Amino acid sequence: MGMIAPVTPKSWYLPSKPHKFCPGCGHGIVLKALGETIDELEIQDKVVFGCDIGCSLLAWNFFACDSTQTHHGRTTPVMVGIKRSRPELVTIGYMGDGGGYSIGSQHLLNAAVRNEKVSLILVNNTNYGMTGGQMAPTTLPGQKTETSPFGRDPELTGYPTKGPEFLAELTSDKAYVARATVAKYKQLKRFLRNALRNQMEGNGFSFVEVLSTCPTNWRTNAQQTWNFLEEEMEPYFPVGELKSPFGKGDK
Amino acid sequence: MARIMEETRKAFITGNEAVTWGALAAGAEIMFGYPITPQNEVMHYWTRLAPQYGKGFLQTEDELSAGFTVCGSVQSGKKAFTATAGPGNVLMQEPFGMAEAMRLPLFAVIQQRGGPSSGTVVYSQQEVTLTTFGGNGEGHRIVYSTASHQEIYDYTIKGFNTAWKYRFPTFLLGDGYQAKMREPLEMYNPEDRGIEMIDTYPLIGLPGHIGENREPQHLCNIYSLEEELYEVVMRVSAEYEAISPELVEYEEKECEDADIIVLSHGVVSRAADDAVKELRAQGIKAGYFRPITLRPYPQKQLREAIAKSGAKKLLIAESAYGQLDRLTKQEIYGETIKIENLFMPGVGIIDYDIISKVKSSL
Amino acid sequence: MSLIKIALAGEGGQGVQSIAEILAEAAYNENKQTIYIPNFGLEQRGGVSIAFIQFSDKRIGAPKFNKADVVIALSERAVERTTIYSDKNTLFVYDTGFKVEAEMLPQEAKKIIGIAAIDTANQKLHPRVFNIIIMGAVIGLTNVVSFEAAKAALEHKLAYKFEKNPDLRDLNFRALEIGKKMAEESLKEGVANNA
Repeated sequence: MGMIAPVTPKSWYLPSKPHKFCPGCGHGIVLKALGETIDELEIQDKVVFGCDIGCSLLAWNFFACDSTQTHHGRTTPVMVGIKRSRPELVTIGYMGDGGGYSIGSQHLLNAAVRNEKVSLILVNNTNYGMTGGQMAPTTLPGQKTETSPFGRDPELTGYPTKGPEFLAELTSDKAYVARATVAKYKQLKRFLRNALRNQMEGNGFSFVEVLSTCPTNWRTNAQQTWNFLEEEMEPYFPVGELKSPFGKGDK
Repeated sequence: MARIMEETRKAFITGNEAVTWGALAAGAEIMFGYPITPQNEVMHYWTRLAPQYGKGFLQTEDELSAGFTVCGSVQSGKKAFTATAGPGNVLMQEPFGMAEAMRLPLFAVIQQRGGPSSGTVVYSQQEVTLTTFGGNGEGHRIVYSTASHQEIYDYTIKGFNTAWKYRFPTFLLGDGYQAKMREPLEMYNPEDRGIEMIDTYPLIGLPGHIGENREPQHLCNIYSLEEELYEVVMRVSAEYEAISPELVEYEEKECEDADIIVLSHGVVSRAADDAVKELRAQGIKAGYFRPITLRPYPQKQLREAIAKSGAKKLLIAESAYGQLDRLTKQEIYGETIKIENLFMPGVGIIDYDIISKVKSSL
Repeated sequence: MSLIKIALAGEGGQGVQSIAEILAEAAYNENKQTIYIPNFGLEQRGGVSIAFIQFSDKRIGAPKFNKADVVIALSERAVERTTIYSDKNTLFVYDTGFKVEAEMLPQEAKKIIGIAAIDTANQKLHPRVFNIIIMGAVIGLTNVVSFEAAKAALEHKLAYKFEKNPDLRDLNFRALEIGKKMAEESLKEGVANNA
């Protein structure tokens, strides 16, 4: 048609742009990948996007898709309630590591076991960002946060939660479970697409954890931020598809 | 809407079963629940009847999830409900708060058990404060306190309609006795009684194409500025107060010349009714007042009953240690009538208890 | 009929709740006002099972009562558990098939009646119709429902069993009648004794 492709996804809600995430935050990358995926799958009218409380909340009006705020940790049951009532909708729950793995872990675990046909995206930045950088279930051993000022001591507070690994163990073969990173954009998009397809095809529970950055609370510059993501987080949290009904896992 | 029963029929069933039939008659489409005594049989009956009528059910992982799945379901336009009690009611205050904030037409049945904590699984009226003013808000909710199986059936139907008409979370407040006992009632199709059934509609997942013929919906419950929240709460408060006069329901008997008015709610009002009859037979001028809606409270009507009777005393009888008492006092602030109380937390009250108390009070 | 309040107590498995339900249903079918509350506390697992039933021609007020017109206690523990429901207007009935010390029985009662339902069931009928004898006894003591209504309610409740084994119908109806007669006799004895 000779038209120049838009620089922003069609499914983005332009009045809420520029977005409110901190400079260097990974959320924008995840949401861009998600926006492009929604466009490519042509599901903008059918999506219900649910936001947890935490930094994920800043995405509440990010998309020109029907969206709802929930409570901290409670996005999963809200999405389950919607999907159980209106199976034709595509429900996307968006949450952080605290909301998903800590306060909302019982919902995540049980939704996975029940093979609820929802797609959940969990952004792992190893801390509670919105509340000022406290220790999260995903905080790495030795990592300093506001509530682990001398570094996380696994003797006292255990080891970081490996969400996709435990969800992969709990779910049926119809589930889709993956871990992506904002450092690998094409792979991230492919995983998001698979997670949405898996719901749309009626298979079941879909979950993507995305390793992300939080320079504000990490107190890192650009180089240090990227180093932490790629050299500290990725070795601990291996990226890849842990379970996929679409053929062999992509490690 | 499919008719649930061919014609009006009498039944001798438990209150929990009456909830289920009322919900079916009201056109409820899906229930989310988590086991807790004494509401379990609502789920038991629903899971047996629901498939016959193409209705849904999900047993969630806890009451938080049951409340939030109902929130999601009503957002998507479905007539959804839950039922709980005691500690489950405590957990559900979180989703009930979201329903208040987002004006979600959630309907929940609370079958009170003894408290605090796990208390007993039997009976009490100790969830009045929680059900009327639980949560971190202003109590923008509607609470019907029933006293018989007929009322359970009637107010289950009405509860769904109220929730969807006004979009405030709505509660049917029962108790363990009402839940578990069997007594006769008459069940009917609401349409046959000329009851207008309020249509549901989605708040998200709307028809049409975004950007062409509709806007995306962005539902929120958190605000950046204190002024924004202030405006919302003030607007909702004003709306709530405006609709309150048409929502309040109450029962009043023998108050015209009463020396003492017995005030009670829920199942205790049955004993109060009998007590007042007996006291009158003995020549004691007792009156009876029962708020059916605890939120909004029929404070104007109670003030009028006090004024016209010229009663010297108000006896508040409840199976709790002063929850109805506190609610009533704040509602009728300024009245000078002397308030006596019969607090029997967690145990049933019979007419004898009230008669004795009235006699010792006069 | 003015208000009649009955507390039925026994061990789990004695069928106390079943007969309470059948009696309540029979009364309901006779257009009487009826409230039946099973006990549903934590006790229902392994404790004494109690059924509270009220019958009346008029609307019934509080579902709970402090004192019963008739208490029927079918085990030692049930006697212990139910003496609180007895006062000077109460017929307190226990089964003579188990040992009860005199001091365990209620201090206050209109009359304390021992009936041999367990022995009768075991010797003359069948152990499993023991509760039906008790149901008959309730009718004999109170007339809360007519004998015919009780039979109809039994028929309704046990239809599937009667269909499989028609002899059971006769067994149950005989148990009901024997229970009713035992109770009526015990009341007469009472009059004789008192005289």
